Amino acid sequence: MQALLDVYKIRQDFPILSRKLFDGKNLVYLDNAATTQKPKEVIDAISRYYSEYNANIHRAVYQIAEEATEEYEKTREKIRKFINARHSEEIIFTRNTTESINLVAYAWGGSNVKKGNKIILTEYEHHSNLVPWQVLGRTKGAKLNYLQVDNEGYISLEELDKIISITGEGKTKLITLSEMSNVLGTIFPVKELIKLAHDKKIPVLLDGAQSVPHMPTDVQDTDCDFLAFSAHKMLGPTGVGVLYVKKEILEKMNPFISGGDMIKEVHKENTIFNEIPYKFEGGTPNIADVIGFGAAIDYLNEIGMKNVREHEVKMTEYLMSKLTEIKSIKIYGPKRSEDRGGLVSFNIEGIHPHDCATILNDFGVAIRSGHHCAQVLMEKLDIVASSRASLYIYNTKEEIDILIDALNHARRIFKT
Amino acid sequence: MSEDIYREMILDHYRNPRNKGKIEEPDIRINDSNPLCGDEISIDLKVENDVIKDIKFDGRGCAISQASASMLTEMVSNKPLTTIKDLTKDDILENIGLTNLGPARIKCALLSLKVLKLGMVKYYVDKDPSSADEMKDQSKVY
Ligand SMILES: Cc1ncc(COP(=O)(O)O)c(C=O)c1O
Repeated sequence: MQALLDVYKIRQDFPILSRKLFDGKNLVYLDNAATTQKPKEVIDAISRYYSEYNANIHRAVYQIAEEATEEYEKTREKIRKFINARHSEEIIFTRNTTESINLVAYAWGGSNVKKGNKIILTEYEHHSNLVPWQVLGRTKGAKLNYLQVDNEGYISLEELDKIISITGEGKTKLITLSEMSNVLGTIFPVKELIKLAHDKKIPVLLDGAQSVPHMPTDVQDTDCDFLAFSAHKMLGPTGVGVLYVKKEILEKMNPFISGGDMIKEVHKENTIFNEIPYKFEGGTPNIADVIGFGAAIDYLNEIGMKNVREHEVKMTEYLMSKLTEIKSIKIYGPKRSEDRGGLVSFNIEGIHPHDCATILNDFGVAIRSGHHCAQVLMEKLDIVASSRASLYIYNTKEEIDILIDALNHARRIFKT
Repeated sequence: MSEDIYREMILDHYRNPRNKGKIEEPDIRINDSNPLCGDEISIDLKVENDVIKDIKFDGRGCAISQASASMLTEMVSNKPLTTIKDLTKDDILENIGLTNLGPARIKCALLSLKVLKLGMVKYYVDKDPSSADEMKDQSKVY
């Protein structure tokens, strides 16, 4: 069968993948859920902005400012297309997923969530999609309800129905969840959930930090009301996040950060805010990195998100099959690779994940160990930490083999 | 290389920790965790005439944090409480034989010393609240 994407060719676009670590070791980068590497197209786009048309955007009338504004706005349009939003005004630039979610919690939650209301989320949420709601709940006197994760890493929709019914008509103000868990890898069937929620007039926020970089996204198809994600987890630079909000909702939302750029007119006693989306982008934004993100989107489009997903399903199958062969390993999350993203969390009995990661570093292998910013889930799983290997378009089977060798070496050191 | 870290001594203390558990009615009970990796250490002390008569630790975490805690309890057992004041980061790293740990792992190695120092500070401040200011910086280890 023909390869879905040419991994070896792709690797050549990533300067960091050819660097040598200590002793001339190659970098085996398997921490893509934390942040991904950047192709030279992205690095060059940022550098081009600084060396050729560095200027502040939106107001100045000279040539380089107009060029900068155009490139910045082009990225907005690229993102609109990438997630299939109806309007480019529905795309707001933030710093990251965390800020996107906070924007919703403060600007939307601030005026829509009241005392006695409920917000539903899952037990596997990243702290970024949990703490802002706790903070909002505390200030408003609203409560959080958690959908339970079962042993396989799945969440049942029946439970959702039950929670909404118990809560009472009109009390549940928002359902917010990760489309893909950053620990279990579980992909949630969001379309069904959103339909169910909309039948009861409840809006849904999707934390797309892990899903948007790894599979096709279509906000019109899923019909989500809010979607948050980060550029740095999808080949783009750090410091840029996206918040998509349906226009009908966005038009009624109060601003989050106020000041320059987000205004139309300012007088001593009152201000008329700018139109959407600018109303939500106060102050000079991260122009260079938004432009860099545009190059990342181009790069992913070139490969095709369907191919990205298919590559990862294949690689995850390989990774899972190899991990399963290791004695006394516990793998978390769904067994079926179609139900999970390209990441696998595991623990080897008798080896703490931090020790595991330290030993793997000897092999040039970079994986993540810890609670992955999901302590509520860790409590549920009754562990303090796990190891996590996460894949992307440039990872190869050979790299997975190195990971497996390294894990077996760790077992020898710890005599497990 | 990690063979240098995970030598027999560390693995032995990790698998067979010394002074692990709790003391009934301790004079000092204190705990802390490393927020980045979730390592947890709690320490109980029995103090007589300012001498550490008994010490026990409890916790969960990586081999480095747990072995380091085990070795630390042996280091200060039956010593005057004031020895804790003088213990430095380097004393600990030398004692466990890991002088070239990276910055992330150093925190694991030093967690138990941090907890012990917090305990000592609490002990003195409970006895003499006016010493709080003077003791404030005594629990710093990094
Ligand atoms: C599911 C999920 N949500 C939110 C975040 C937070 O992303 P950021 O740190 O870019 O705000 C992450 C990243 O670790 C994540 O995996």
